Amino acid sequence: MPNMSPTKNKMPVQDPVLRSSNFDEVALGYTEEQAIDEAKRCLGCKHKPCVSGCPVQIDIPAFIAEVAKGDFEAAYRIIVKSSSLPAVCGRVCPQEIQCESKCVRGIKGEPVAIGRLERFVADRHNSQPDTVVEKPVPNGHKAAVIGSGPSGLACAGDLAKKGYDVTVFEALHLAGGVLSYGIPEFRLPKSIVQKEIEGLEALGVKIETNTVVGKTVSVDELMKEEGFESVFIGSGAGLPRFMNIPGENLSGVYSANEFLTRINLMKAYKPDSPTPVKVGKKAVIVGGGNVAMDAARCARRLGADVTIVYRRTENELPARAEEVEHAKEEGISFRFLTNPAEITPTDDGWVKSVICQEMVLSEPDASGRAKAVPKEGAFIEIDADCVIIAIGTSPNPLIKSTTSGLDTQKWGGIIADDAGLTSKEGVYAGGDAVTGAATVILAMGAGKKAAAAMDEYMTGQS
Amino acid sequence: MFEILQKQILNPYVTLMKIHAPRVAAKAEPGQFIILRTDSEGERIPFTIADYDRENGCVTIIFQIVGATTEKLNRLNVGDSVHDFVGPLGRATETDGLKKVAVVGGGVGCAIAYPVVKKLSGLGVEVHSIVGFRNSELVILEDEFRAVSSEFVLMTDDGSAGEKGLVTDALRKLIEKGEKYDRVITIGPLIMMKFVCGLTKEYSIPTVASMNPIMIDGTGMCGGCRLTVGGETKFACVDGPEFDGHLIDFDEAMKRGAMYKSFERQTHEETCNLFKEAE
Repeated sequence: MPNMSPTKNKMPVQDPVLRSSNFDEVALGYTEEQAIDEAKRCLGCKHKPCVSGCPVQIDIPAFIAEVAKGDFEAAYRIIVKSSSLPAVCGRVCPQEIQCESKCVRGIKGEPVAIGRLERFVADRHNSQPDTVVEKPVPNGHKAAVIGSGPSGLACAGDLAKKGYDVTVFEALHLAGGVLSYGIPEFRLPKSIVQKEIEGLEALGVKIETNTVVGKTVSVDELMKEEGFESVFIGSGAGLPRFMNIPGENLSGVYSANEFLTRINLMKAYKPDSPTPVKVGKKAVIVGGGNVAMDAARCARRLGADVTIVYRRTENELPARAEEVEHAKEEGISFRFLTNPAEITPTDDGWVKSVICQEMVLSEPDASGRAKAVPKEGAFIEIDADCVIIAIGTSPNPLIKSTTSGLDTQKWGGIIADDAGLTSKEGVYAGGDAVTGAATVILAMGAGKKAAAAMDEYMTGQS
Repeated sequence: MFEILQKQILNPYVTLMKIHAPRVAAKAEPGQFIILRTDSEGERIPFTIADYDRENGCVTIIFQIVGATTEKLNRLNVGDSVHDFVGPLGRATETDGLKKVAVVGGGVGCAIAYPVVKKLSGLGVEVHSIVGFRNSELVILEDEFRAVSSEFVLMTDDGSAGEKGLVTDALRKLIEKGEKYDRVITIGPLIMMKFVCGLTKEYSIPTVASMNPIMIDGTGMCGGCRLTVGGETKFACVDGPEFDGHLIDFDEAMKRGAMYKSFERQTHEETCNLFKEAE
């Protein structure tokens, strides 16, 4: 008999007051009992609507059935057939618009907590002693992956499993891409990211950090001089956008990238870190996506009074509902229909305040999205000593400008077909470098697809 | 890990290191920079490439001991390694079409000016080098500059070496003497570069200044190194580090450069004390 409770088992979380001053993980994860109880809410639909909502098509009802039986390792084996980073995706996927949005239980009540179950299964597996990984038999082919974020890791993992000699090139000193520099510790502990990366290394994947492809070495050189038969570009969308308003270069104004990199990659929140971050007393975060929520919640943890300004209303916030809710619980305030027009300076060149234009929503346009338009003459001033711009990122032009025959969109995205093939033979691309800033799971899906196409290409060559 | 192959104390505050980094050495050009971390917990700090040896796969950096990290770096010796070393980053110095150039360096900035002078003279460009230091104790690379410059002027604040005065005094003298430069290249403290650029603007001599702002990744990702050039925001790490000196907003750059001054002073003092205890 399925468990017919209309609501999900609640995720145990750290108390909001306590957590707003530490960087420990907020969501604590299900216990075995909670996981089994939640798994029993799954009806095991024959037509598996949830699977169609998953960018990597995990056999969701099958893994949940194993959880319900208490065979967590069997559940893990089902997930990793399709996903390379389950402990990560269980935490950061927007399940509410993916798998869980298709769940039949969601029609009358809440859908099955698929994400929480995925996380439970992955954590449970990771807490077991390491099983000895059997290294795949080498197939004699050599592939390069540029970028060690979600798409690159997924691609590298799939290729390694097929016996390819894979090298991942990473520009920073640490692998993980946005998982390491972007998403904060309290949402995605870095030990989990490193564990997933170690898993890939155990498969034989080599990771070369401190290598900026396009500067240290070019794609053409990798292929012509270093013997890589095929290259996957998963270099992400790392270039921060600014608003181009007066005062944006004042001291105390950060891109979300800089602010989060200082905190996550360089550990500026730890008192003994040699890399500082100055948050001040009042921080204003501009933007409404997950990155804005991450920046806001970091600033809060560093002791600032935090306001998020967003030009549309709460209904249009692009961030995951759970992140918005967590931010509110932690005491972060929101000012909707508000858009910065100018940042004013103190005498010594620091931020003093943000002058914002009040906005109104227009009728939804053809795409169905309402536009925010300025309300004539209506301005407000918000005191601040720190401003963090989190209005999006675009792909870094470095690889495009140094790779012969690689076509890109006007806005910088690499042009690639469904399988990830670019305009250059043997070169594939996926993730944010192709789509612009999107999600971890979509990037992972693109990395896997490209790995399959690269496999076909390289075996076809010999 | 990147091994230190050579270490040389240039003056009590400035050290030269040759570091084994074959991939970087293969691509390095004057004007570009690298970022290193001394250890697995260290901060990322940029250093302009002072020289490179493609054959032996090593890159030379010259640094001034100004904070905790440079202090730590200076305690490493030949045979030790730095944890991370990435580059070459930024754009190389543009040298096309130049016939006669004045290179104006100040303090440790001379370490970065030197490879530019060397490259230009190697290309057959007539180079006048003007270098300034606070006093004779701090003078570096004098012989090296002399060897590759067709005119060399050494200035010190106190007159203890070369002539007494500022680099701008020397530059003005040369210009007024009738020297016609296609370009002035200046590398040194912001305040010095600001005045050099102010001077060359008077004489309408195209001028390039090498900027060294605070940065983290060095690949265009953080935007911490942004500055205003001709009213537009530029990232020093990817658009620079060299920019048209007549268009740079130096006052803004100086304010941004001071953002973490109090933190730097504090960590510097802490490290000094730590080292005192260790000794």
